Amino acid sequence: MAFKGQIVIDTERCKGCGVCLEACPMHCIELSKNVNGKGYNYTQTVNDNCIGCASCAIVCPDGVISVYKVKC
Amino acid sequence: MANLDIVKPENLVYQKSKVLTDAVMHYCPGCGHGTAHRIIAEVIEELGIQDKTIGVSPVGCSVMAYNYFDVDFQEAAHGRAPAVATAIKRLNPDCYVFTYQGDGDLAAIGTAETIHACNRGENITMVFVNNAIYGMTGGQMAPTTLLGMKTATTPYGRDQKLNGWPFQVTELLAQLPGTYYVTRQSVHTPANVRKAKAALKKAFENQKLQKGVSFVEIVSSCNSGWKMTPVQANKWMEENMFPQYPLGDIKVDGEIVKK
Amino acid sequence: MAKELKLMKGNEAIARAMIASGTDGYFGYPITPQSEVMETLMAEKPWETTGMVVLQAESELASINMVYGGAATGKKVATSSSSPGISLMAEGLTYLAGAEIPCVVMNAMRGGPGLGTIQPAQSDYFQSTKGGGHGDYQLYVLAPSSVQEMYDFVFDAWDIAFKYRNPVLILTDGAIGQCMEKCYTRDYVPRWTEEERRAKAPWGTWGKPATRPHNIITSLELDSARQEVFNQKLQKKYAQMKEEDVRFEALNCDDADYIFVAYGTSARICMKSMQLAREKGLKVGLLRPITLYPFPSKEIAKLADKVKGMLCVEMSAGQMIEDVKLAANCKIPIEHYGRFGGIIPTPEEVLEAMENKIIK
Repeated sequence: MAFKGQIVIDTERCKGCGVCLEACPMHCIELSKNVNGKGYNYTQTVNDNCIGCASCAIVCPDGVISVYKVKC
Repeated sequence: MANLDIVKPENLVYQKSKVLTDAVMHYCPGCGHGTAHRIIAEVIEELGIQDKTIGVSPVGCSVMAYNYFDVDFQEAAHGRAPAVATAIKRLNPDCYVFTYQGDGDLAAIGTAETIHACNRGENITMVFVNNAIYGMTGGQMAPTTLLGMKTATTPYGRDQKLNGWPFQVTELLAQLPGTYYVTRQSVHTPANVRKAKAALKKAFENQKLQKGVSFVEIVSSCNSGWKMTPVQANKWMEENMFPQYPLGDIKVDGEIVKK
Repeated sequence: MAKELKLMKGNEAIARAMIASGTDGYFGYPITPQSEVMETLMAEKPWETTGMVVLQAESELASINMVYGGAATGKKVATSSSSPGISLMAEGLTYLAGAEIPCVVMNAMRGGPGLGTIQPAQSDYFQSTKGGGHGDYQLYVLAPSSVQEMYDFVFDAWDIAFKYRNPVLILTDGAIGQCMEKCYTRDYVPRWTEEERRAKAPWGTWGKPATRPHNIITSLELDSARQEVFNQKLQKKYAQMKEEDVRFEALNCDDADYIFVAYGTSARICMKSMQLAREKGLKVGLLRPITLYPFPSKEIAKLADKVKGMLCVEMSAGQMIEDVKLAANCKIPIEHYGRFGGIIPTPEEVLEAMENKIIK
């Protein structure tokens, strides 16, 4: 069974540490070239490969990622 | 590139625990404290004990942990969290009491309080975040700093002759009859976070058994203090910290785990 | 325990009053000359009767921080020690004051500095009333001079501690702690129920219900502007203590030409010296501060307007005399007479000092 996922990132609270990038098995997140109000290059999704595994959210020190998932 | 039609309440599989407040944590980017806080909050939420939990924060980076947990919280003097928690628990035996301490707090200035709370077998949970450095004061040597490791007070690397050995306090505490569960975890990968969370859950649930201290060490990185990027720091931790501080259970249900 | 007349030590009186006043917990560490406090509690086993928790800690550092933890939950928690132990407790006391936690601490003073002696002294006045720990804080300091007051002041201390959300120090010495006197005990005050605890300490860390925000007990404030506001709030509280809760005893002060100012054991010696003086026709009175903080400065200022001189008698090199002089504002001669190192002065030598230094 396959899953389709989508993450929602609270970019204003993201500190751009990049730990989630390492954790993502589908390589669907990167650090933005833009910065947020605190000056951090925040995390953003770059493709629709997300399977909703929540690995990124689980390692996020600041809890800025919410994960949604559906079967498909 | 976004599956925005998926973003509906019924499809939500993960979000920040409600036991965390909305305050933005003051920790540096990539710091393990935030992850450790998050999974403790998740455990409190899952066990349904928010109204019965009292936390005790230390002096050090996590001094303001009370701003992030939506439970009653007390900030202790440096090293004294186990003494503070001892009295909270003894006077409020129905509450779940936990300390959250760093290496300097728990294993240097608070060694006596740590050892005696463990030896008395207080029915509390102790969370020990070991990143081998004093983060808050600017990266000085901690009792757990590795030999050769450069810090602000060991600028040429920790020298055993000058500074003594890295302190394996968790192994020491496991020898005491008052500890019931002693484990060492990390929070740098999804798999490790899941294991650490399971350990914390056990450590909180154990308070019901009244069998003594449940002690969870979390080996963590301090990328600012180590002067690395968060991702580099996690790699360095795997290569250098884990040989000195190996992950896994040390004592389970009052019995030392045979290696 | 109903009201009874009993013979007991001062330290025992403290312990029995803790049980009788509905104290929830005692955390201590043995030190001479006050170890009977915990010994009495352990022998009485109040956990089987009132439910009071008693624990021997690993150090005074631990015991005061246990007080900090237990008292932060809104329960009535106490400890006791003697001078070197109180020095170790200085850290906890400033945190307790800084986090505004009510509690009761007893110091049975012994001679110092350092390990000093185990005999009675009054050389911790500065430590008790001028800080002891760091930061701008004050303890409310009660100075009993009898076993009965040791007993009664524990009850008073709880009222004050919760009225002001402030630590209360019962400052006594080894002589009063160790001496045996008759003492009227009181009917037991029941420990607070859960509802009473929550009502008396809505600020306490007793577990956050859904109906209120989480309670935080801390003395940390990184924002200097907010820390200043907090310091001003503390000062207001201390000013209120000075207005509402100064206590003293004035004996034979109405017609007096000369006044002894002394507290605790020294005050007892001065009572006899005063009697000897009166027998010689000298009009001598005694002002006994019962609260050392807030200090009875107004009363001393009033007396300074009508008497010819004061002798401050302390078992120290002269500490309280600074407050007496400040209160009297240089209007009259004020001298100190003291013995150190565990020596208690005799009534005769105190009267002689009054005659030589003040009356002349």
